[in-house]
Parts: sequence; C-alpha cells; structure tokens
Amino acid sequence: MRFPIVILSFLLAICLVSVDTKAAMLEPATELTTALSASSVSERDKAITLLRDNTSPQATALLTALRDGRLMLDRESGTLYIADTGDTLTNALTGELISKNQDTPLRKVGTSNRQRQEISAILDSRMLTSSDVQARRIAAAALTTTLTPAIDRETLTTLLTTEKDGQTRDSLNTAWALLTSAETQSSTEDLLRAITALEKNAQGPARQTLEKLARADNATVATTASEALYRLRVKTEWAGFAETLFFGLSLGSIMVLAAIGLTITFGVMGVINMAHGEMMMLGAYTAWGLQQILPGHTGLALLLAIPASFMVSGGMGILLERTVIRFLYGRPLETLLATFGISLILQQAVRTLISPMNRAVASPEFMSGMWQISSNFSLTCNRVYIIIFCMITFGLIYAAMHKTRLGLEVRAVSQNRSMARAMGIRDARVDALTFGLGSGIAGMAGVALSQITNVGPNLGQTYIIDSFMVVVFGGVGNLWGTLVGGLTLGVANKILEPISGAMLSRIIILVGIILFIQKRPRGLFPQKGRAAEG
Amino acid sequence: MFVEEKVFDRSTAIFTATVAVAAAIVTIAGLTPANSPLHVSSYIVSLLGKYITYAILALAVDLVWGYLGILSLGHGAFFALGGYALGMYLMRQIGAQGVYGNPDLPDFMVFLNWDSLPWYWLGSDNFLFAALLVLLLPGLLAFVFGWLAFGSRVSGVYLSIITQAMTYALMLAFFRNEMGFGGNNGLTDFKSLLGFSLQSDSMRVALFAASAIMLLCAYLVCRSVVASRLGRVCVAIRDAESRTRFIGYRVENVKLAVFTLSAMIAGVGGALYVPQVGIINPGEFAPLNSIEIVVCVALGGRGRLYGAVIGAFVMNFIKTWFTAAMPDAWLFALGMVFVLTTLFLPSGLIGLPAQLRRLLQKINRRNHTAANAKGAKA
Repeated sequence: MRFPIVILSFLLAICLVSVDTKAAMLEPATELTTALSASSVSERDKAITLLRDNTSPQATALLTALRDGRLMLDRESGTLYIADTGDTLTNALTGELISKNQDTPLRKVGTSNRQRQEISAILDSRMLTSSDVQARRIAAAALTTTLTPAIDRETLTTLLTTEKDGQTRDSLNTAWALLTSAETQSSTEDLLRAITALEKNAQGPARQTLEKLARADNATVATTASEALYRLRVKTEWAGFAETLFFGLSLGSIMVLAAIGLTITFGVMGVINMAHGEMMMLGAYTAWGLQQILPGHTGLALLLAIPASFMVSGGMGILLERTVIRFLYGRPLETLLATFGISLILQQAVRTLISPMNRAVASPEFMSGMWQISSNFSLTCNRVYIIIFCMITFGLIYAAMHKTRLGLEVRAVSQNRSMARAMGIRDARVDALTFGLGSGIAGMAGVALSQITNVGPNLGQTYIIDSFMVVVFGGVGNLWGTLVGGLTLGVANKILEPISGAMLSRIIILVGIILFIQKRPRGLFPQKGRAAEG
Repeated sequence: MFVEEKVFDRSTAIFTATVAVAAAIVTIAGLTPANSPLHVSSYIVSLLGKYITYAILALAVDLVWGYLGILSLGHGAFFALGGYALGMYLMRQIGAQGVYGNPDLPDFMVFLNWDSLPWYWLGSDNFLFAALLVLLLPGLLAFVFGWLAFGSRVSGVYLSIITQAMTYALMLAFFRNEMGFGGNNGLTDFKSLLGFSLQSDSMRVALFAASAIMLLCAYLVCRSVVASRLGRVCVAIRDAESRTRFIGYRVENVKLAVFTLSAMIAGVGGALYVPQVGIINPGEFAPLNSIEIVVCVALGGRGRLYGAVIGAFVMNFIKTWFTAAMPDAWLFALGMVFVLTTLFLPSGLIGLPAQLRRLLQKINRRNHTAANAKGAKA
C-alpha cells in the first residue's frame, strides 16, 4: 500500500515544481527591465547578452517577442508585456496573463536589424539543441536553405556527434557539406564526402553547390560531382514521369467512372444517353446538398453522398427510361435527340432552382494534403482517393455484371434480346434497372468529380464528349475496354499537356480517336461472336 | 425498271412559288421608305435572312439524314467553316478602317503583335477566291472526314458521335489565338462587302434577297439529287445498307458524294449568315448548334426537303420569341421540343395532318364498333 502513495506524492511534487518554474521570475529581472525599457536601441545588446545562455522557455519567448516586435513596454508602470495574437498580454518576466486594456500606454520595444539577426541566430541554435524533435528538424532544415549556413563548423560537428534523429542528421550533414564546399581550403576527401551528402538532399542550394563543384579545378571532385548530378537528373526525370503518370491515372479514373455507366446502357440497349453528363451533375449536386444539410461534417456528408448520389441519379435514370426512352427502342438516333433534350432541361432546371453559379464542395480533412514519397515526388491525397474509389467501383460493377442474377440477365439481353425474352427474362425490367444502374454510377462519378472541380450546371457537358470517346475507344459494352481506354486517354492527355498545352492536347486526342475509329470501328476490345452483329 | 421522277413535282412547285413570293414581298417591303405603312424594318429583314441561312443548313442536314440515314451532329462545323471563309474576306475589306488602322493586318493580328499575314490568309482579299473557299473548305473537310469514316464503314451512332467530336475539336482549335482566326472573339467589326456598307438598309435587303435566292438554288440542287437515280440509291442505302452493297452499289462512294455536297450547301448557308449577323466566332462550332439544326429537321419532318425548311423557320421563330420574352425558359422549351418531337411527331409537323387523320379514323372505328356492340346488345 505504501508504494502508490510514494508515486502519488512524487507526481504531486513534479506538478508543484513545474508550476513553480512557470511562475518563476525571469532573472536577472531588474537588469533586463532597465536594458529593455531604455529608449536607446543599443541598450538592447545588454539584454541579449544576458539572455544568450538562458535556455528557459520564458527567455526564449522573450527573445522571440523582441525579434518579432511584439514586446511592449507599459510606460507608466515600466512592466514588459508580450502581445499575444488574441486579446491578452503576457507579463514578459512573470508569465502572468492579463487581458488587453485600451488605456494602457503601450510602446513597442524597438530593435535594430543586426540585433534581430543576432536573436534569430541564438534562437536557431537553441532550436537545434531543443528536446523537441520537430523543432530540431525544422531548425536543421532551415540551415540548408542558404549557400552558406549560419553556423560554425565546431558547433555543427558537435551536433552531428550527439544527434540521434535521422532526418535532422541528414539536414545537418547537408549543412556540413555546404560549409565544406564553400570553404576554399577543404581537402579532396572532405569534398567527396560533401558530394555524397549533397546528393542525398538535392534541393536548391545543395544542387547549386553540386553544380559549382562539377566545375571545380580538382579533377576527382569535378567528375564525382558531375556523376552525382547526372544521377540526380535521371532521378528527377523519373519523378517527373511518375508524377505525369499519376496525374494521368487520376484523370483517367474520372473518365472511367464517367464512361462506365455509358458503356453499360449503350451496350445493353444500344441507347446513347446524352443526358449522362447531367446525371454526373446531379450526383455532384447531391454531394453539395448533403454538405449544406450537414454543416461541419464534411467527411460524413461526402461518404453519405456516395450512396445518396447513386439513388438520386439512378432514380432519375429509371424515371427517364420509363417515361421517355422505352418508347424509342430500336430508334437509337431518335433516343440520342430525346436524351439531349432531357439534358438541356436538367441543366436549366438546376440553373433555375439552385443557381447558375458554380458551387464548391469542400474536401474533408483526410482527403486534403499531400503524400510525400521522396524529396521531389509527392501525390495529392484527393487524387489518390479518386483512383482508389474508381478501382473499387469498377470491381463492384464487374462483380455485379458477372456474379449476380441481374448481371446475367443484363448480359443475356444485350447479347440477344429476343432469345432472352424467350427464356423468360422480363426485358423491360432489365432495361429499366440497367438504365438506373448506368445513371447511378454516373452520379457516383459526379461525387468524385466534385472533389477536384467546382460544381456547376455545365459540369456534365464538359465531360460528356470525353466519356463518349472513352466508350468508343475502348469498345462498346466492354468493361475492360472502358477501363483500359479511360486510363490510356487520361495518361495520354497528361503526357501531351506539357508539350502542346491543354487545349491542343485535347484536340490531338480527339483527332487521334477519330482516326483510330477508322482503323478499328468497334474500338480496342470489340464484342466478338454473335453479340457483335446487329 | 426505273421510273424517272420529276424534279419539279407538285410540292416543289408550291414550295418554290411560296418562298419566291414571300421573299419578294419582304424585299419590296424592306425597300419602301421608312414612313410607309408597308415598311419592314431592317432588323426584321436581317432576322428573316438569318432564318433563311439556318434553313439552308437544315436542308443540308435533311439531305444526309433524311435520305441517306446519316445523322450528322457536326454539320454546324461546315456552316461555321463557310462563315469563316467569307469572314476572312470581310476582315480584309475593313482595311485601314480598323481600330489600329493597319491597312494590311486585321485588328486581332496587330493586337497579337504579328507582323505579316499567315499563309492561309493569302488571297482572302479577293471575293471570288473567298466565294470559292466557301464551297471548297467545308467540302474538303467533309470529303476527308467522309472518306475516312465511310471507307471503314463507321455508321449509325458511332458516326454521330465522331461527327460531334469533329465539331468539338474544331471549336477548341478555333478558340486558340495561334490559329489565326481571332481566337475567342472570332472575326467581327465588318464594314463592307464588295464595296457596299454592311450597315445600310438596302445592303441588308440585298443580303436577304441573296439568301432567299440561295435557298431556292440549294433546294433545287437537293431536289434534283433526290429525284435522280442517285437519290433512289440513297434511299436504298438508308433503308437497307447491306442489301444495297450486295446488289453491287458502291455505298461508300454514294455516301461520300452526297455528304460532301451537303457540307458545301451548309458552307453557303454559313457564308450568308456571317454578313447578316456581323460576327463569326468559335461558338458556332458548338455541338449544341449542330444538334439544334438536327432537331429543326426532325420538327419539320425529315426525308422531305421542305420539311427541313419549315422546321428551321418554326424553331427559330420560337427561339427568337422565347429568348426575348422569357430567356430563362428557352432551354426548357428547346428540351421539350427535342423530347416531344421524337416521341409524338415521328414524321414532323408536315406529317401531322396525316397523323391526325389516322388518329381520327381510329377513334371513329372504335366508336363505330362500340355503337355496333351496343346495338347488338339492345
């Protein structure tokens, strides 16, 4: 029983001690106050000298405030305050918080440029020895942003022997390499070590230094540096290529999502649904609407939007099929016109009911931000999620088409309608459900789209021609064709974009597809056998 | 045995006479002094002239859709190309009257800091050459496109989609400043045609009259194609493509010839459109424009050339009225026209009387049988 009591009293003691240090007066209080309240700026030197070796948090706070011009002097009482971002002032010496009073005659404690630099140097070196890993990392990284790091070699060498954190060590090594390269009398051996260190972190100054070393008089150093530069260039090119590929895949994923519904409806019913883009638009607006209903729960709203948009667009699809499209079977060109009319009505309806202006759908926190893979290659999270979302959706649809009863019926009707009817499949029901499924997927594509662009009445129009191209390119009614076609077009677009500009790359791709269709009128993966006829 | 069909049959005679008389009346009314009760303002004359150019385009669409079964969603591209061909000439006619006063370069080129005309603008100051381009440019595009598409037997919905992609790609291309056709703004600020000011009332009436004459010419050209042996083959291709091919006709060549002719007619429409509207910009390439014309044809009744003309007039009249009276409702109305036409007017407005007659007969027969049944019971 005694043991816990001991621990408890020990903890209590720690608490008391920590409270005690917080409330402690920053010493030497009188000298500091005199030096800082003097009107002459040169008096501040004394205060800086006094605080140079004082590593207490209060001293650091005071120095930071002094550098940033947030240190205030109450001219009546002579008390020093640190102005906080809010409405409070902190007593610089005692750490006591008081609320800001309009009447207090506050005066900023001024500093010279040189003094601010000196304080920054003190603070930086203090951060390098700080117990907080993050602070050390930031401070070490800051050293590598100039050609000549503001630190002397001895300090750096000592730090390198004590530092345990890998990332900090890397930065310190780079700083060491920068220093070594900047000095004229460094030995060849040191320079070669410097090159290895510089190659690891090849950003801005490090790269410049490497380029300088490649032109050095020392032949060994020059060749090693050139080799390092060459390796770096190859690496950068690979990273650039990977990035293009990634952007292409994410664009392709959107195209696949948009086109997959289209290929299903077209494959089964031979119906060109020109209102498909508007189904995407409805899905995107569903995501926006849910975010309006659930403010503050961006992520939840977005997750709910996926099934909700499927329902909204799918429901709209079934409604259209029952009221318009079923009267036009066997007349694909007329269906094309009728669905185009519907797309115009839907667009105008959104314009009238909601607004002709674009709306932004917020991205939830887990989707924003970057995913750093290497120093010069990072992925934006929302695009990663879109690729994953596309793959999952594709997998589900593929499973639905090949593993479920409905999928079997859909495939039967698409291959031979009259035979399927003869086998007892109710083709009218299959048609309605297929159309609903295709439209529902379009709605889900709209949710994905809302994460990378603004939602507006013209959203569908922008993507409809591209989705048609994907379907035609991949081969109608073929899911794999759509996947390959969509991803290919996305990647091709992104590869061409830097070469020829966004507009021209789209034109090139459109013309390319028109020519491709001449060569293979039924797309990449044509339907084979009897299904291809008629 | 082939029974020769007369080019100038009864419906053609009625149509040409109606158009000629109506156009003559409008022309005379437009030329009367402004204070006379018969006067028609130059705005109305230009508006009617614009309708006529759309009617020419609709004729071109009906020739390929109604008789050949090719649903082109890109005919607006041929129309716009014809417009650009004449627009280039009109641009050069501005001469030193432009904002920058450069006698050799159009304003937008001065603005882009170009120091000389691109090669494809050479000869654009010659009216005859421009007139030739109006026919050749759309014709050439249609020939190349058709040669590729028909040769590899792209047909049906696929063809519709790639024609749409074609006009869309052209729209994107003409939006680029580097193309040398004025980019976003297109060609505009025209001053004169053949030395006559485009702003004068008499010029507007003259342009209207020219459009009406061109409509009649285009109609007679289409009619002569349709009434000829070629027209018979076209209808055969529309109704049974494989059979026609197996009989021994070169389906591709027929399609290519008629498609190219249709594109040229569309180009003439575009060339007449530009001086009356005063601007040509990449918006004319928008897929919506092409589809709108297709719906004009469907509304009027396809497969009968005058149906396309009637459809174009009715549609554009509705459009003018809606965009002035309630602009927000225009797209609703257009969408409804698309849906209702395809659902309830399979043979368009000109087929409506026959459709109603059939409906009446059906109701009569039903009443008759119902009455008979009642009589039998009693």
